[in-house]
Amino acid sequence: MELTWQAIAFFIFSALTLGGGFAVVTQRNIFHAALFLMLSLFGTAGLFVLLIAPFLAAVQVLVYIGAIAILVLFAIMLTRRLMGLTISLNQQWPAAALAMLVLFGVLLLVLTPVGDDILGQNWSANLPTDGDTAPEVTYITVREIGVAFSTQNGFVLPFEIVSLLLTSALIGAIVVAREDEAI
Amino acid sequence: MVPLWMYLVVSAALFCIGAFGVLARRNAIAILLSIELMLNAANINLVAFWRYMNPTVINGQVFAAFVFAVAAAEAAVGVALILSIYRNRQTVMVEDVNILKW
Amino acid sequence: MVGIFEDLGFEAGLAAVLGNLVGVVVLATVFLLLPIFTIWVERKVAARFQNRIGPNRVGPYGILQSFPDVVKLLGKELILPRNVDKIPYLLSPIIMVAAVVLIVAVIPLAPTIIGTDLSIGALYFVSVGSLTTIAIVMAGWGSNNKYALLGAFRTVAQLISYEIPLVFSLLIPILLVGSLSMQTIVEFQDTYWIIFYVPTAAVIFLVSNIAEIGRAPFDLIEAESELIAGYMIEYSGMAFAMFYLAEFLHAFLVAVIFSVLFLGGWQGPLAQDVPVLGIAYLTIKSFIVYFAMLWVRMTLPRFRIDHLMAFNWKFLVPVSIVHVLVTAGIWSALPEPDLSGGWFARLGEEFPRMALNLVASVVIAVVSLRLLRQYAEQERQRLSEVTAMVEHKQYPLATTGQGAQSNVIVVGTGSGD
Repeated sequence: MELTWQAIAFFIFSALTLGGGFAVVTQRNIFHAALFLMLSLFGTAGLFVLLIAPFLAAVQVLVYIGAIAILVLFAIMLTRRLMGLTISLNQQWPAAALAMLVLFGVLLLVLTPVGDDILGQNWSANLPTDGDTAPEVTYITVREIGVAFSTQNGFVLPFEIVSLLLTSALIGAIVVAREDEAI
Repeated sequence: MVPLWMYLVVSAALFCIGAFGVLARRNAIAILLSIELMLNAANINLVAFWRYMNPTVINGQVFAAFVFAVAAAEAAVGVALILSIYRNRQTVMVEDVNILKW
Repeated sequence: MVGIFEDLGFEAGLAAVLGNLVGVVVLATVFLLLPIFTIWVERKVAARFQNRIGPNRVGPYGILQSFPDVVKLLGKELILPRNVDKIPYLLSPIIMVAAVVLIVAVIPLAPTIIGTDLSIGALYFVSVGSLTTIAIVMAGWGSNNKYALLGAFRTVAQLISYEIPLVFSLLIPILLVGSLSMQTIVEFQDTYWIIFYVPTAAVIFLVSNIAEIGRAPFDLIEAESELIAGYMIEYSGMAFAMFYLAEFLHAFLVAVIFSVLFLGGWQGPLAQDVPVLGIAYLTIKSFIVYFAMLWVRMTLPRFRIDHLMAFNWKFLVPVSIVHVLVTAGIWSALPEPDLSGGWFARLGEEFPRMALNLVASVVIAVVSLRLLRQYAEQERQRLSEVTAMVEHKQYPLATTGQGAQSNVIVVGTGSGD
């Protein structure tokens, strides 16, 4: 693989995503952890741009960073009296780390060409290595996504169900978080 | 262009980091953050497969959009639960919420 | 731009990167220098509204007043209070300015001059704009100051709430045009500007955007008289100046985006052929909108926080949702007009659609305002009765007058302090 600008961008965004993610699980200060989550989400948005899914990238920034992460920050600010706690990981963390390292190792074996050599299979070799060689692609536009969400042959039923889920989740959240016991 | 397996490795690494966070963090809010990381890993996978395998079919992007909606619902309910627990028990540490445990 | 670097002997990829970089720097610098002028405009206009003269010492009509101000701010020390959370505290002004400058990328200045004509331009505007929330929360938290934190709480409540009518009213021009690209939206307004189709949506968009910037009458985030500048309280020197810059730039950019979405952007006589004219038209339109925003700012008192929330959730959100539904219904019911003729032919072809939408939009506005007035009259009636009772000492004050106060404090008590 030659080092194109796209590849450099990929490595930068991956580093943001993974570095941010690592900081989320290791930071003691929970507020900083949430900020690092935003960094990680931002890196993911960059990866979406590289994958030519600009709509998802914009929604990622708007919904994930602009709403979900802010919501979590709000929760952190509301529970700020517990900020002084210094121990952030529980006792089972070495076991958890080991399990996750093993899982990651297995996934690496499966996914990478190096792993293919070791396992003597060629699954990842069959994966496309170069998206540009795909037939002259007309990329999905926002219009097509919109049409897919609102036509019978598309995803109108899942879309409605997700809307219902969101509404019920929000009502549930309000009920759970209400302060008075008058319900 | 970057080969597909690289995206998959990034996604796998992010998923493992998130899963580690869920297993090892004490703070319920941190667990919520780690779950968001795992959902994001899934999203990277969905979009990467869409882009490399079948970019003319819309399913991959639509799935990712559904994941956003589910993540939003999950975060809203999660934050509400954490605030409720905090109000009643003055803690957000998951091991302190153990009155159902024998 | 890219061509120049290719001629200089750079490799094609590098030339593209360098060329785009120079373009970005030029565009961003032009917009970053604008506040020097708009701050003077704002001070002068504000002065006139308040029956003062305003800056008049430096340069003709005080037009150069901002330069000594900048020099003064540059010379001030950036104070780092002892218990601040350093990284969020110092990063926040940078993110604030960056988020605002990013908006510039999708503004079509002329038929051929646009940072980048993203296929999702309008969505990009909203999502980048939502990044300022993060900056404010970081500043409010990082300052380790209760006023700053209160400002941050209000920010989350206000900015996230007002994003909803903002997105819904933004959806209406997108619905009419059938595209999220800013350039396509401007080209659509070749005949009639979108404000003629949907004036109500335009007003909702402007109002929710003013709330999104946090300017008067929505300036509860800063609220000098109660929160003593809210999240900015601990900042000094250039860090403070950056917040200031971001606010003024954002305000002006909102005016520009409003002109692009509703007032035809660069459209005007001969603008298709002479790009400079397009920029001139856009500038004029933007300054008119900016003046309207200043007008609102100077004449309306600040909202109370419960009123702010009620105004959004009980008025703007329902009206904008109804508006989206009505516009979508009308738009899909009407046949597509034949737009192949000359300009005057298209003007005629487009007229029925425009007129019908205009009528529907005005009806929505009139009905909702009537309902609002009815509610206000009821409320006034109730309040006058209550006041009368209190004056005759028939009714304890505690249960009536306190609604306003307790709502402000709810945020604080909810935190468990």
